Amino acid sequence: MYGTRLRPLSTATVFALLGAFALAAWYAPMDADQGFTQKIIYVHVPLAIVTLCGFVFGGIMAIKHLRTRDPRYDLRSYTAIHVAQIFGVGALITGMIWARASWGVWWEWREATLVSFLIVFLLFATYQPLRFSIEDPERQARYASVFAVTAGAFVPVNFLAVRLADAYIHPRVLTTSGSGLTAEMSVAFFACVAAMALFYVTMWRFELAHKHTRFQLRALRRKLGGDEIAYGRSAAPQMLDSDLPAPS
Amino acid sequence: MSAPRTTSTRAAVGALLRKELLLERKVPQLIPAMALFSVVTFVVFHFGLQRRVLEGELAAGVLSVTLLFAAMLGANRLFVADKEEGGFDALLLAPVDRTALFIAKVIAFLAFLVLLEIVMVPAFAILLLGPTPSAAELAQLVAMLALADIGIAIIGTLVGALSIQTRARDLILPLIALPLLVPVIICLARGIAPLLADTGAATLAGRWPAVLGLYDLIFGLLAYAVFDFLLDD
Repeated sequence: MYGTRLRPLSTATVFALLGAFALAAWYAPMDADQGFTQKIIYVHVPLAIVTLCGFVFGGIMAIKHLRTRDPRYDLRSYTAIHVAQIFGVGALITGMIWARASWGVWWEWREATLVSFLIVFLLFATYQPLRFSIEDPERQARYASVFAVTAGAFVPVNFLAVRLADAYIHPRVLTTSGSGLTAEMSVAFFACVAAMALFYVTMWRFELAHKHTRFQLRALRRKLGGDEIAYGRSAAPQMLDSDLPAPS
Repeated sequence: MSAPRTTSTRAAVGALLRKELLLERKVPQLIPAMALFSVVTFVVFHFGLQRRVLEGELAAGVLSVTLLFAAMLGANRLFVADKEEGGFDALLLAPVDRTALFIAKVIAFLAFLVLLEIVMVPAFAILLLGPTPSAAELAQLVAMLALADIGIAIIGTLVGALSIQTRARDLILPLIALPLLVPVIICLARGIAPLLADTGAATLAGRWPAVLGLYDLIFGLLAYAVFDFLLDD
């Protein structure tokens, strides 16, 4: 159930990304001030947007998990947050490269979006340590969901607070998207956001399929080798054999 | 014969709150430790910053950060007695609403923070603060501290309950709570900086208490909604 239609999805993702980057490279005009380095917004900003949406999505899956107690939702929430963390590293690195290229510094505290992104990223970085330090799998899933809901709600609140803190002190001349874009740039930009979102969904599906395959493999090995094959301790969700659908 | 007897949430909150305050009064543990920690932190800041007196943004930052770190110390201990002496089990056996524990803990933690500040703010004024705030500035400072305390108490209680069941509880708690409290620090430090400035006769910008109030409201409701899931075992 998890591994189906991965091939067409992957193909679509590759073409979408290639197409969106081609639009960004050739269709969108060169920025008058920054030249080619400005093109990094077609990677950096979509990465950041998708990361934040991924965190919120993980929180929504966590709400579903708390309501239904279905371990599959915990797995979806964990995977959503895990993939978003990887995208987040990419967003931070590309953001720092852009800051270095256009402002000459690796880090800019006055750029509210960058700072709030770092805070959210640091908060979600505690997700795996939290999971790992709870041994009982059921409790681990429940507590992780409580964390994911709280942290998911924190994302918009944090952005509001950090932006308020800055907007009145320093004028926001360094806008990252939206108002400063021409029509052609907007087309390329939104194409990149859509392609990046598709990339995220693909990665999410791949990790779900991978986790599910591992659970099933372990269930089969336990059937063959007896129960002495332990579940093992991990930060990732553990599905008990009884939670898995019967192998066909 | 009759419907199962349940205690109202208000009565349960009252009983739990009395227990917390009685415990702290009989065996003072949290407040002396937090107060001592805050004074020591002022001394550390004096040497770390190499300043004899502070004012404005620096004073606001030192006061907010010290409050936050002292509160982390308290949040770490908030549920220790319930975990080790069976307070959780007793609550789960009692026919009361479980969120009563959350409300009681938040109010108790809030009371501890207020008591901490009664020691901490005068100590700060004596040891480090340069300008003397006027009565109006002092009132605004107290209001901002109160709003920040509510947010800290809510997050401290939620994350304290979350981390008490983990193996590395005092490691996990500040890692989760500090990023969650960054908006509180932003509003508190930015809000009280003009009140502690040398220029005098400053007023508080309205947006800082507004954002703090919004933060308290959102996370209060959220924590109230999810706290139940941290208890049922």
